[in-house]
Amino acid sequence: MINTGELLLEVEGLQKSFGERLVLSGIDLQVVKGEVTVILGPSGCGKSTLLRCLNGLEPVQGGRISYHGQDLAGPQVNWREVRQRIGMVFQNYELFSHMTVLDNILLGPLKVQKREPKEARQQAEQLLGRVGLLDRKDAYPRQLSGGQKQRIAIVRALCMNPEIMLFDEVTASLDPEMVREVLDVILGLAEQGMTMIIVTHEMGFAKSVGDRIVFMDQGSICEIAEPQQFFTQPATERAQHFLDIFQY
Amino acid sequence: MQNSGIEVLFEGSNFERLLGGLLVTIEISFVSIVIGTVLGIVMGLLRTLNVKPLQALLRLYLEAFRIIPILVWLYVVHFSFTPLLNIDISGETTSILVFSLWGAAEIGDIVRGALQSMPKHQEESGAALGLSRGQLYRYILIPQAIRRMVPGAINLATRMIKTTSLVVLIGVIEVVKIGQQIIELGVIKAPTASFWVYGFIFILYFAVCFPLSRISRRVERRWQN
Repeated sequence: MINTGELLLEVEGLQKSFGERLVLSGIDLQVVKGEVTVILGPSGCGKSTLLRCLNGLEPVQGGRISYHGQDLAGPQVNWREVRQRIGMVFQNYELFSHMTVLDNILLGPLKVQKREPKEARQQAEQLLGRVGLLDRKDAYPRQLSGGQKQRIAIVRALCMNPEIMLFDEVTASLDPEMVREVLDVILGLAEQGMTMIIVTHEMGFAKSVGDRIVFMDQGSICEIAEPQQFFTQPATERAQHFLDIFQY
Repeated sequence: MQNSGIEVLFEGSNFERLLGGLLVTIEISFVSIVIGTVLGIVMGLLRTLNVKPLQALLRLYLEAFRIIPILVWLYVVHFSFTPLLNIDISGETTSILVFSLWGAAEIGDIVRGALQSMPKHQEESGAALGLSRGQLYRYILIPQAIRRMVPGAINLATRMIKTTSLVVLIGVIEVVKIGQQIIELGVIKAPTASFWVYGFIFILYFAVCFPLSRISRRVERRWQN
């Protein structure tokens, strides 16, 4: 299962620092089409920063990110174009508060991709139906629960028809009883073969959704393994230590 | 009815004169609000830039209008500055000048507050969808900033309208002054004239300010987050 098929994204020696502090020190990672990569690691290990670099939200200081022959770590990247193909969902479910659910979802397809309104709307409604929120399409974000908002944020990213989806701790700010409904949506995407990179703290979810686990600590990747392997017999001591924290 | 005194309102051209006075009040307020808003938006944007000396200067400017009473500003400009600089401007122009500068200071603060309270995530979410800088401002940041600004701006507008009653003290003939003139002339014939005239002025101010505060409340409720 690991690393077979078409290579979509290749990260080589990626370096990122905030001022003097090096937060990513030489990341190497390859993402294959249809693969679900779950990134685990203690807080501050650089996993969220890595995702943000892949979407151009953080400038990088060194290395290469190769995507369809383009180097996303280089100068003059057309991020507007890349971001249409690499979707991202954040921890703070930031829907645009002055727009209805449907307008939130359609902003990108209509204004950025300049798609046909009727066709885009159909897709939006179909996606909303799939996450069970079609009846909320005219609601405003303030009228929705955290879990609903996050499912809609996922739909908003999906409606751009991205090739890769990045999930940055999307359940971390949710009430516990709402985590499940969001994770189920992501699980559904995995079943349909969506290529995803997921940063999460939900260990059970990581185990069931991931094709492989990438364990990071202190700005570098310590270990890449299949979930079964990682959760039962991690190769590194640091990973073992990390897993111990989650067991009571 | 014959001697109630209410007829003082309709004697001669009194009614028209009062409405004319109201027009002066509205004119000073309206022109000042427009000029103040334009200057205020520029000032608010400048205050979000991180330029230390400019910050201090604009802050001082705002505080000057918050601390010093508007009446004092009117006196200072009308009786000190204009003779000192040897320029001859009418009381009405002086009023518009002072009220515009006041409006600019307050609107500037409202704009700054609205822009600085905008969560960074909103911007990032938009960027992650591939929106350009211009689209981010047009579809997300400006509409949200305006929603945050409207209640404060309308509140300021009603405060300005009410405060124009001070301009009578630098010789501007507005609604309150005309009211006083009517009372002075009519009080011998109708001792209750002041009750009717001021009562009418009360209603006039109410008619102008009440719709504004209603709009503000409705807008606030509609956009509440």
